[in-house]
Amino acid sequence: MGQRITIDPITRIEGHLRIDCEVDGGKVKKAWSSGQMWRGVELILLGRDPRDAWAITQRICGVCTTVHAITSVRAVENALKMEVPLNAQYIRNLIILAHAVHDHIVHFYHLSALDWVDVVSALKADPDATSRLAESLSSWQGNGKFEMRAVKERLKGFVDGGQLGIFTNGYWGHPAMKLPPEVNLLAVAHYLQALDVQRKANKIVSILGSKTPHIQNVAVGGVSNAISTDSYSTLGVERLLAIKGWIDELADFVKNVYLIDVAAVGAFYADWTKYGAGVTNYLAVPDIPLDTKGTQFALPGGYIANKDLGSFKPIKTFNDDFWAKGVEESSKHSWYEGSKALHPYKGETKPQYTDFKDDGKYSWLKSPTFYGKPAQVGPLSRVLCMLAAGHEPTKKYATAALDTVSALAKTKVGLDAMHSTIGRHAARAVSCAVQVDMLADQWQLLVNNIAKGDVTTFNKPVFPKGEIMGQGYHEAPRGALSHWVVIDNGKIKNYQCVVPSTWNACPRNEKDEPGPYEASIADNPIADPERPLEVLRTVHSFDPCIACAIHVTDTENGSAITVKAK
Amino acid sequence: MRAIILGIGNTILSDEGVGVHAAEALRAAYALPEGVEVIDGGTAGMELLDPLAGIDLLLVLDAVKAKRAPGTVICLVGKEVPVFFRSKLSPHQVSICDVLASLEFAGDPPKDLVLIGCEPLSLELGTELTPTVAEKVPEMVAAAVEQLAARGIKLEPCQDIVEAAPPPGRPKAGPVNGLRAERAEVTPSLGEGVGG
Repeated sequence: MGQRITIDPITRIEGHLRIDCEVDGGKVKKAWSSGQMWRGVELILLGRDPRDAWAITQRICGVCTTVHAITSVRAVENALKMEVPLNAQYIRNLIILAHAVHDHIVHFYHLSALDWVDVVSALKADPDATSRLAESLSSWQGNGKFEMRAVKERLKGFVDGGQLGIFTNGYWGHPAMKLPPEVNLLAVAHYLQALDVQRKANKIVSILGSKTPHIQNVAVGGVSNAISTDSYSTLGVERLLAIKGWIDELADFVKNVYLIDVAAVGAFYADWTKYGAGVTNYLAVPDIPLDTKGTQFALPGGYIANKDLGSFKPIKTFNDDFWAKGVEESSKHSWYEGSKALHPYKGETKPQYTDFKDDGKYSWLKSPTFYGKPAQVGPLSRVLCMLAAGHEPTKKYATAALDTVSALAKTKVGLDAMHSTIGRHAARAVSCAVQVDMLADQWQLLVNNIAKGDVTTFNKPVFPKGEIMGQGYHEAPRGALSHWVVIDNGKIKNYQCVVPSTWNACPRNEKDEPGPYEASIADNPIADPERPLEVLRTVHSFDPCIACAIHVTDTENGSAITVKAK
Repeated sequence: MRAIILGIGNTILSDEGVGVHAAEALRAAYALPEGVEVIDGGTAGMELLDPLAGIDLLLVLDAVKAKRAPGTVICLVGKEVPVFFRSKLSPHQVSICDVLASLEFAGDPPKDLVLIGCEPLSLELGTELTPTVAEKVPEMVAAAVEQLAARGIKLEPCQDIVEAAPPPGRPKAGPVNGLRAERAEVTPSLGEGVGG
């Protein structure tokens, strides 16, 4: 047996995740992904009014505040077989898409770029050469030589002042850092510009959601936004035009900066297209409903088995049985009672803590499966499903990204490279470009519908006597999110959230098959067991966010992140 | 002067949410002068980049695990605060630390920082504070008011003012549209409403 590495917690994520690896001959042989805090939001919802569940569930997490709110109302509406007014769909869609664009930009530049970009190396860059390189790749106005000189000066002051330490756990100077100084400087410049741009997406969410973080405008049956073209206190022309302005700024950045930066990083780290595929069953749910019933969607979804795009089977409506009957969760390796995989309507949440047992229970996350198989969710699944469904905008941006990578790497890089650690970053950028266009489309649909005189935003829910059940899904930034609710006489009887990071960060399932994180870390090279940057790269490529998979509590175990190599 | 009073915490984990409860208590009790804003930050992370950029003062209210007696209120100022977030005393160190680091790098950090924390008794599931911690909320609010006053921001008690006329740009709490009013009517009688 080789060396055992424990990283606890993984930083630059929300929530508390521990990763254990067995390393032999400079490679990971076996991995365990463990959620270190217990989730119990389901229990707090029992007996409550289903119309309040969205406000409570969105408090689970600080990164995806909007997504639980939206998914929760969809689940209750599904149980009530309700239709939702068109305006409400469009307003929710705008929030969903603005949030997704925000999340993807922040994830790449502010939470994961430091795995690939050596900030200190940027000090060696020639700013004028950086500018020439950038201008050869893109027409973005922020790539000029004066900009690059200013960024380098600022960075120098920052490093000289000893302030770099505020970035917890940046692996500056690690042997696995490969970008030339100019590309590092370019990435730092765009890091700062992204900081400014992401605010526009957040403004859209706060105007429509009435508050951010934690939106306040959704309701079972629609949204609470009042629409009027002649009042300043409602959603009117002035606010709609402001939103359009921000959408245009976001689109410029996503297409001319983000998509190109990801391609450049991908080209310099082409070896990372060989690592991190992991579980290649891909699951994505359709989203951005275009009708009141949820039978037509702008963003297709479905299931791909064993990376064969030809095997794609679509999920078609909010009532799709292929989806609703396929999901199960096992707790054989989780700190809950029982081991048999159960459908979420029958899901149980009874804690049973043991120590960390390699072959037994070792995580607070359950292990979800789709028709008995582990499945990866997230932007890569979304993009592959959209390609399999023949979605033209996705084809356009995926081809553009791969062409840029191929040109920079001077070798043909095809779609197969997407099944990898770096492929997940590329897919996120492609998805972001598709979604920022969709944001403009949804804005137009909303404006057109209001222009027709339709200002309805809410249908009133009526709860029947007896038991009903429903599920709501949402293609969240991190992938397929679903809430499953059983309602008895107007009160919640059972509630289960099957969240994206549970699909991806789960422990082994009922058949002892590893989850996507665990499978994707296996075979990763490890240059230095004391500084396992490679493991962080692969885990961060999923955009881990396990606050909703588990909970925020434990803070007393040590002053910093622990990496134990023994 | 632009100042943000930021309550952070998870309001479904009992005392973990004390920061949000304290922020709301402060908002309810005082009229805020121009340029001063209360934000319920909840469990948010990078979404806070926008409101916290380029402000003069950030006053954070939060649950703090500093191994003191439950209900102990602590106050940290200036340079002590980021150090505190980095040393994993706060359940929110990851997000707030990243937000502050990003703002620092962008040259846009809050010019002054204050943290008022309360040692939690319980972090179990629940939407209510424990009595031990709930009774300390006024102390946190008073500490916040004092810290603001020391920086030249004087808050006036507001009940009467709000009743008479809400300050401009800050609509009085109440029905946003027909929906809220309707819900308020429906909720108490849900039991009877079930049927059909």
